[in-house]
Amino acid sequence: MSILDVLLWGVLPYVTIAILVGGTVWRYRYDKFGWTTRSSELHESRLLRIGSPLFHFGLLVVIVGHVIGLLIPKSWTDAAGLSQDAYHLQALVLGAIAGFCTLVGVGILVYRRRTTGPVFSATTRNDKLMYAVLIAAIVAGLATTLLGASGGEEHNYRLTVSPWFRSLFVLQPDIEAMARSGLAFQLHTLIGLTLFAIWPFTRLVHAFTAPVGYLFRPYIVYRSRTGGPASRAPRRGWERVGTAPGGSSARRGR
Amino acid sequence: MKVMAQMGMVMNLDKCIGCHTCSVTCKQAWTNRSGVEYVWFNNVETRPGQGYPRRYQDQEQWKGGWVRNRRGRLALKAGGRWRKLLTIFANPVLPNIRDYYEPWTYDYETLTDAPLGDDFPVAQPTSLISGQSMAVEWSANWDDDLGGGPEIGPRDPIVERVRRESEDKVRFDFERAFMFYLPRICEHCLNPSCVASCPSGAMYKRAEDGIVLVDQDQCRGWRMCVTGCPYKKVYFNHRTGKAEKCTFCYPRVEVGLPTVCSETCVGRLRYIGLFLYDADRVTEAASVADEHDLYAAQLDLLLDPHDPAVIAAARREGIAEDWLEAARRSPVYKLAKTYRVALPLHPEFRTMPMVWYIPPLSPVVDRLTETGHDGEDAGNLFGAIDALRIPVEYLAELFTAGDPEPVRGVLQKLAAMRSYMRDVTLDRPRDESAAAAVGMTGAEILEMYRLLAIAKYEERYVIPTAYEAQAHHLEEIGCSLDVDGGPGMVAASGPFGEASGRATPVSVETFHALRTRQTSDSLADPGERGARVNLLNWDGKGRPPGMFPPPRETPPAPGNLTAGGGGPESAVGAPTSEDRR
Repeated sequence: MSILDVLLWGVLPYVTIAILVGGTVWRYRYDKFGWTTRSSELHESRLLRIGSPLFHFGLLVVIVGHVIGLLIPKSWTDAAGLSQDAYHLQALVLGAIAGFCTLVGVGILVYRRRTTGPVFSATTRNDKLMYAVLIAAIVAGLATTLLGASGGEEHNYRLTVSPWFRSLFVLQPDIEAMARSGLAFQLHTLIGLTLFAIWPFTRLVHAFTAPVGYLFRPYIVYRSRTGGPASRAPRRGWERVGTAPGGSSARRGR
Repeated sequence: MKVMAQMGMVMNLDKCIGCHTCSVTCKQAWTNRSGVEYVWFNNVETRPGQGYPRRYQDQEQWKGGWVRNRRGRLALKAGGRWRKLLTIFANPVLPNIRDYYEPWTYDYETLTDAPLGDDFPVAQPTSLISGQSMAVEWSANWDDDLGGGPEIGPRDPIVERVRRESEDKVRFDFERAFMFYLPRICEHCLNPSCVASCPSGAMYKRAEDGIVLVDQDQCRGWRMCVTGCPYKKVYFNHRTGKAEKCTFCYPRVEVGLPTVCSETCVGRLRYIGLFLYDADRVTEAASVADEHDLYAAQLDLLLDPHDPAVIAAARREGIAEDWLEAARRSPVYKLAKTYRVALPLHPEFRTMPMVWYIPPLSPVVDRLTETGHDGEDAGNLFGAIDALRIPVEYLAELFTAGDPEPVRGVLQKLAAMRSYMRDVTLDRPRDESAAAAVGMTGAEILEMYRLLAIAKYEERYVIPTAYEAQAHHLEEIGCSLDVDGGPGMVAASGPFGEASGRATPVSVETFHALRTRQTSDSLADPGERGARVNLLNWDGKGRPPGMFPPPRETPPAPGNLTAGGGGPESAVGAPTSEDRR
């Protein structure tokens, strides 16, 4: 267990969680106005209507796969009579299909973003960084799935990554378990941690406000003018005016 | 019975000259920002025409509003909750920016910077979306005044529907063409399908006055409201990623001023006032089986503000006395329910819209006179209503879900008023039979005439303020009283100049502006507001200091701007050097 192992698998995860939680709270308190999907469907919808559902639904399956693989101990599935080979097969098939959908989906979305003029000009540097990390995470994850097809002890993440992941939450990180896993898993985990660290500061935050409550509220919402969630302290400062290229931007007076 | 108050508007289409002043002033007040360049909270359409956005009325394409399902219950046309969540990653029926239009500016610099040459320099249109040169092919009122008539007009969804019944009714050849103008704002519906469509619950109807608003902090940009609104009056700000819509100028209405579009209307065709309605019966009224009954059902929701039972119920709901008084004097209630000359726009969308229209009586008198008849005789006028240039069927598709009877009734009332008033003006014996023929008395006709023709500002806009009854919990005041430069110190600006420090809350600013306006001697006295003029508060009288930059000859001393000093002479006085520049 080297110093590097301790830093990567013992310290970094907690730093990431701190940034994720703290950053999200900060963003929610100070930037509710910026908390949006920043949709570009107004400009282009043909490619979006293929790419976006493919990506998002693929991602939902991927998330479910991660939850199952990371949170359910191997002993439980063994006790349920699911053999390692059978488990591996279903994880491989489902994971590969979902991962592939996600990758193709994000590929379509990035292509669309780059080739549709108005969408590209609405893309910020923040978005570009987020896309790079996101795609890297997907590619690395898909690689681990496909590499895992060859079998072998070091590719059985349920003996290495999963125990480490669960041990994080009881504040006794099993650093050795993670250090034993293959390079591909380590890489994917690191990229994943990076993704979670930048999450609160990118447009990814929209995932945290998935409108599940819509299923349970009455259709017509009434709010009183006094108090309630509508009133807030005013924001300060100017809005930038970005009209014609090289045009005036938020100038006052003469 | 649950009584609620609703701000409503009536527009008299007979008076609309299509000058677009309402659209322009609204845009200056609300949507002159990037991200909403293409957005017109108020727009004026020439009918027949495709409208803005293109063909928005065709709900088979755009899926707005409600439908009555097989079980007799209301359902969103674009699909219910589960369907919304399943399609949330890409809204299947969101209009493209080209369905509105791609906003543009011009490359004006070329006009002054072009080198000397044989050709005149030309300012090319440049897209405000992509920054590239573009060909302008459509806009918010591209078919204004029937521009491109024979080509564009037949694609009007209502023309298509009317023509299915009779090819003869709508003609675009020059001799038989007709047109009228339809100014549109958000309908502030009683049963708003945009609010029902919002997955985040960010859109809401204000309980006090029924104004439908978007909570900008809670909107996540899922765009379902844009699809949900059948009038396409919720817009997506492509820069902030949030929905925006007509606010009924709530900062003005709260202090008793009419909306900007009404205030600046050249034809004075808009009326603003209160409706009292029964909130318990809205869903029931919106779900009646026959579309033709929707207008009657909507009318039935409006409660008589003179009825003691209604007044008692309203008091139980905590509606203030000055609001009840305003409801009794409401011009919109009179036009919609008492005289029944105002009709809702597209009741078949089942949203119970609260902006009403008096249909236009096209130039009928001259045509009758041409044929040798007395053009202003009531009998002749009644007979001519079905031969009007603007087909009753077309108006019926707009205002009564295709039922021509209510439209015919309104036009007959307007014709009867015309005939009756001629006798009054010429001091001839009044023909009470003309009034009786439309179920009114002569006195009622005179009252209606007064409201339609000569009503003054105070009669057209009967708007109770938000403050009298609820002054103790003014919106936003709690969080701003305790800061430096709070509401007691409106004039003060922050330590680093005008924009620094916290901005004054809108309601506080309007409150002070109104008080200043009511108590000062001059016509317009933003006085200590310094160099900043909030056009939302400008009542159109005079020229407040700070609206124009100070004259260049006398650079202002530091502090002079905030010290103000806009006395009467500088506000309304003779032209100064500023005017000449």
